Amino acid sequence: MRLYEKPAHVLHDMLVNKEVTAVALTEDVLKRIDEVEGDVKAYLTITRDEALAQAKAVDEKIAKGETISFLEGIPGAIKDNICTKGIKTTCASKILENFVPPYDATAMTKIKAQNPVILGKVNMDEFAMGGSTENSAYHPTCNPWNTDCVPGGSSGGSAASVAAGTSIWALGSDTGGSIRQPASFCGVVGLKPTYGRVSRYGLVAYASSLDQIGPVTRDVTDCANILNIICGHDEMDSTSSEAEVPDFTKALVEDVKGLKIGLPKEYFVDGMDPEVEKTVRAAIEKYKELGAEIVDISLPHTKYAISAYYLIAPAEAATNLQRYDGVSYGERVESDDLVGMMTKTRTEKFGEEVKRRIVIGNYALSAGYYDAYYLKAMKVRTLVQQDYTEAFKKVDVIMAPTAPTPAFKIGEMISDPLQMYLQDACTVPLNLAGLPGMSIPCGYSASGMPIGLQIIGKALDEETIIRAAYTYEQSQNYHNEMAKLGGNN
Amino acid sequence: MKVTKEDLQNVAVLSRLAIAEDQEEKYLGQLDKILTYMDNLSALDTTDVKPTTYALPMQNVFREDVVKESLGREAALANAPLKEDGYFKVPKVLED
Repeated sequence: MRLYEKPAHVLHDMLVNKEVTAVALTEDVLKRIDEVEGDVKAYLTITRDEALAQAKAVDEKIAKGETISFLEGIPGAIKDNICTKGIKTTCASKILENFVPPYDATAMTKIKAQNPVILGKVNMDEFAMGGSTENSAYHPTCNPWNTDCVPGGSSGGSAASVAAGTSIWALGSDTGGSIRQPASFCGVVGLKPTYGRVSRYGLVAYASSLDQIGPVTRDVTDCANILNIICGHDEMDSTSSEAEVPDFTKALVEDVKGLKIGLPKEYFVDGMDPEVEKTVRAAIEKYKELGAEIVDISLPHTKYAISAYYLIAPAEAATNLQRYDGVSYGERVESDDLVGMMTKTRTEKFGEEVKRRIVIGNYALSAGYYDAYYLKAMKVRTLVQQDYTEAFKKVDVIMAPTAPTPAFKIGEMISDPLQMYLQDACTVPLNLAGLPGMSIPCGYSASGMPIGLQIIGKALDEETIIRAAYTYEQSQNYHNEMAKLGGNN
Repeated sequence: MKVTKEDLQNVAVLSRLAIAEDQEEKYLGQLDKILTYMDNLSALDTTDVKPTTYALPMQNVFREDVVKESLGREAALANAPLKEDGYFKVPKVLED
């Protein structure tokens, strides 16, 4: 078994016990990149020399007998919308093709304090708008389980690299499912924390009231450990939560006896792939066997969530993306006058989906349509949230599929934006309500594509999600299985 | 069609985007499909529902007004497409 196949917590123990060096580990992952990155294409920037220098420094520290932190010397990848000082951050957009942030995002500062090995920046849908990573202005990323399929999105590079073994862990961001859905498609663990848990400072803004940074990992143990690192109040983000951050690793407990799991009937209808339904229901049965109590619940406004999300998110995006005006940073296309320069810059440098969402957003916000669309969507957001509040009076967690289908083929849906939006039916309601949610692997389709189980928690109750996820994970073997790619397994 | 060509071009101007004439039909078709789907919202009576901007309770955040180190001019200008003498440079705005 190669080193790249192991999760971070196993590698951490190996480093501590001097069974392996950080340089040997980093070299093995870089070798894996050489072997399969041509097929997967998860990365936009690879920082090979810096990675090896970071690994060397960690080995020197270990040689001196110093203690090391959890991620110290463990190679990881960062989604390209999280600002990294001195390392290009493009958001997979042409408009930020040469943008080198002068500062680190707060989540990045917290990660860097651990002395990890940063392998580079990973691909995504441009400005995190999309669910397939096909909207990257540079290249699509392929699913390691079948390179004809998408890895999901928008954090497709994060999930694909963790699944392919070209990173051990990754950071992603989730606005409407962008961590959970690619985790589901790639058979890895992805968590969207409660809104406000992780600072958004330095996360390139898409929809500010919905965006959250979160971990993408091989297993639940790594997820809890990385969550410990990135959470916490930050005065640089006015929406940052002041709630106390628990030690999430204390929730890594195998026990769901008496846990009340809500099954929302609205998440199991309309166009759901029968294999997904069957696999998710089998996972729920397993929970029952493990001692949990299954409760049928209803979240009646679920069917309105997509509409509300695709009005609110584009409206916020239209506003946030005004900053790309060719003046203070980003690309510029010259023209004789100021408005002409801005218009040319934005028209030539934004991709199709980004432009479409800016147009929808500004339409929904414009005089005459504001009440019918934007205001209405914000009211429906209240109703979606109330559904969860009612449900959580009866249950501890809610479980559902993460996505209605396994990974689809590259090119299959790209020409039909609405069809692509409907893929987000199971993930966007959480973002509207600010709730935490995790996707963990729970089986495969007949054609061998991973299927994800989504676990939804109360606000600020990631611990119950982690306990439920860990208990199931330990009863199965999915977290030890990797995509058959480049001759492994 | 829910959106007219005129609406589309107005929104494009507000968005500082140019939509070429041969692109209009494609845009209108996609917008029509998306907005028609979103009409399901109108079936809901939301008269007495308060809008939610942030899902979790938010308060305005205040801090002391103290001088702290911030990004220097050079770093702040480092990504500017065009700069001169420590300023961002843009095409001429005012007429002679």
